[in-house]
Parts: sequence; structure tokens; C-alpha cells
Amino acid sequence: METLTLLALSFDALLNLSLLYLAWILLNCEDLLKAIVLFVAFGLLMALAWVRLDAPDVALAEAAIGAGLTGALLLTALAKLRVIETNKGTTQQLKQDSENFQTLHYMTPLALLLVAIGLGYVVFSMPPISAGLSNDVATNMGNSGVSHSVTAVLLNFRGYDTLLEMFVLLVSLLGVWSFGSTTSQHETTPGPVLDTLTRRLVPVLILVAAYLLWVGAHAPGGAFQAGSVLAAAGVLLLLMGWRPGGYLSTLPFRLILVAGPGLFAITAALLYLLKGQLLAFPVEYAGIIIFALETTATLSIAVILAALFLSEPPHSDKEHI
Amino acid sequence: MTLIDYLSTILLIAGALFFLAGTLGLLRFPDIYTRLHALTKADNVGLGLIVIGLALQSESLASAGKLILIWLLVMFAGASVSNLIASGALQRGIRLWKR
Repeated sequence: METLTLLALSFDALLNLSLLYLAWILLNCEDLLKAIVLFVAFGLLMALAWVRLDAPDVALAEAAIGAGLTGALLLTALAKLRVIETNKGTTQQLKQDSENFQTLHYMTPLALLLVAIGLGYVVFSMPPISAGLSNDVATNMGNSGVSHSVTAVLLNFRGYDTLLEMFVLLVSLLGVWSFGSTTSQHETTPGPVLDTLTRRLVPVLILVAAYLLWVGAHAPGGAFQAGSVLAAAGVLLLLMGWRPGGYLSTLPFRLILVAGPGLFAITAALLYLLKGQLLAFPVEYAGIIIFALETTATLSIAVILAALFLSEPPHSDKEHI
Repeated sequence: MTLIDYLSTILLIAGALFFLAGTLGLLRFPDIYTRLHALTKADNVGLGLIVIGLALQSESLASAGKLILIWLLVMFAGASVSNLIASGALQRGIRLWKR
């Protein structure tokens, strides 16, 4: 037992040191591509750290969104940056930008230091041993409609957190769309390897997403994890050269985008009118309400994340030039 | 320790050795193609050994099945991505290493 704890301690120490080291070299990296690869590696180690902290839900989300999808998004952003740089040749503007960035460069550590001091103050002013709210969660689990405490907290006890997160995602997509974009709307044909990979993987990813969504009621999983796996299937299809068009480009597409946050907001409003409290689910229907909310949220999260990757609202065929 | 414990210990250690060899190859081999070759040893054999070692310890057939599914998916994705990286490197005109 002694050697085991020692082993676990040294593993944790090694993990922490690697995280700090990776963060340092990725922030100091001149080559953006290298920095992105390091960022993905950082995300994967971070997921491992969450596993060590006994938080598999966060670990799943970190690995899928933090490392996987964000990495893919950063890579496409980098590819677009390079296209813009070679097209416009606005070196003057870029120089100006990097000079502005220089001043930011010195401001960032200062801001981070302030945040660290604040966080440190909060952490050290907490009582050293405290059950927190876990007792309250445990006593109310019977009323939540699910048997996994993380899902109960995210969807029921603090449902408005998830509600707001959904809207943050939607607003971020609107922000990206408002920038305009340089994505090619034309379909391309992939090579045989990518083609086979995508054709085999996409059905598996859909199945895994459904599994994660379903299992979220009583084990680690849930809407965000399932949504990001489903989004990965979408990103794979987009990488393969598929472009949504036709019926996927207009009303149905936009309806799926707002379905998750919309249903959440409608539920909240209805419950407010009926019971005078936002998102206070009636106990007997809590399970089915949470499942409905999570299902639509999964679809919306997946489509929003994949649409972020496409970075431009899909046009209908008529608008094609 | 039972026989199964010994067996899975041996498999896990063997898997870790394959990962070590793959990592060494990734760091020390001369060009991208040979490095990919080294990585496949860790991904396919190393992970396979570790998965079998863990599957022997799993409580149910379902969790053993999930572990093996992960192995199959990693092999499938790894083989495809290695091919994509290598053909991308060839297209960019990265030469093969010669002694």
C-alpha cells in the first residue's frame, strides 16, 4: 500500500510538472503549428489530470472538446490565416498588429498574476476539510430524476448553468458567422484512405454519441460529451470534403442550431409560469425532462461545434455562384 | 496473486516496453517515414498488449469488449492517419532517408 501511494504521488508530480512545462513551451513557441500540436498534447495530459482527480466527466469533456475539437478549430484557423496572409500581403497591417500584441504580451502575465492571487486567496480562505455541497446533492438525488450526481447537478440543481452555456455556444457561432469567411463551399473528393476512414468511423461515432447521451443518466457522460463526439463525426465529414447544402442549409439546419437552447429556455419559462421557479422540474417528470433537454442539447451542440469548424453559414444551392 | 494476475502483469509490462521502444524510435529515427514505422509498434502491438492485460482484469465481458473496441478503433485510425501523413510528406517532396 505504501509503495502504491508513493507511486501515485510521483505520477501526479510528474503529470503536474509536464503540464507546467508544456504550458510554458507552448506559450513561448514562435511556430504556431507547433504551438497547436503542443496545445492538443496539453489538453490530453489535462484530461489525465482530471481522471486522477476522480472527475471522469470533466476528463471526457476536456479530451473531446479541449484537446480534440479546439485543436481542429485552431488548425483550420491557422490554415485560413496563411491563406489570408498570402492573398492580401498586408504585411504592414500584420506588423502593426504584432506591435500591439507586444504590449499585450506584457499585460497578460500581469493579469494572470492578479487572477492567480485572487484564486489563491479564495482557495486558502476555504476551510481545509469540508464536504461542500456534496451532502445536499446526496440527500436530494432522489428528486433529481437521474442517478448520476454530475448530471443531476448540471441538468437539475444548477440547470441554468447549462442553459447559459448553450447560449454562449450559440452566440459564439453567431460571432464567427458575422466575421465572414473564406471557406470553399465546393465539395471535394477525398483520397481512398480518408474516404474509407470516414465511412467506417462516422457510424461508430454516432453510436458512441448515443451511448454517451444515454449513459449520462447514471454514469459519466451526457450532452456535452455526446455532442462533441457527434461534432467530431461532422468535422470528419467536412474534412473529407462534404459540404452541407440543399435542405441542410436553410430552415431545418437553423432549427437544430436553436433547438437545444430553445427547448431549455421554453422549459424554464413554462416552469416559471406554472411553478413560479425557473427550471424547478416536477419530481415525477424530472427524468424524462432531463432526457429530452439533453437529447436536443446534444444535437444542437454537435451542429454548433461542427458549424464553428465550417465557420460560415451553409448556402442553399441557389445562392451558389 | 492468481495466474490471471501474473499473466496480465506480464502483458502490461510487455506493452509498456513496446511503448518505450516506439517513443525511442519517434525521438531517434532519422526521418518521418521511419518515425511513423516506430510509432505503429507502440500503437498496434503495445496498446494491444495493454488492452489484453486490462481485459483479463475486467469485471464483465462488456467492459472487456469496450477495451478491445478501443484497440480496434485506435489501430484503424492510426493506420489511416499514418498513411495520410506519409503520403502528405511524399507530396511535399520530403525525401526518404538513405544511409
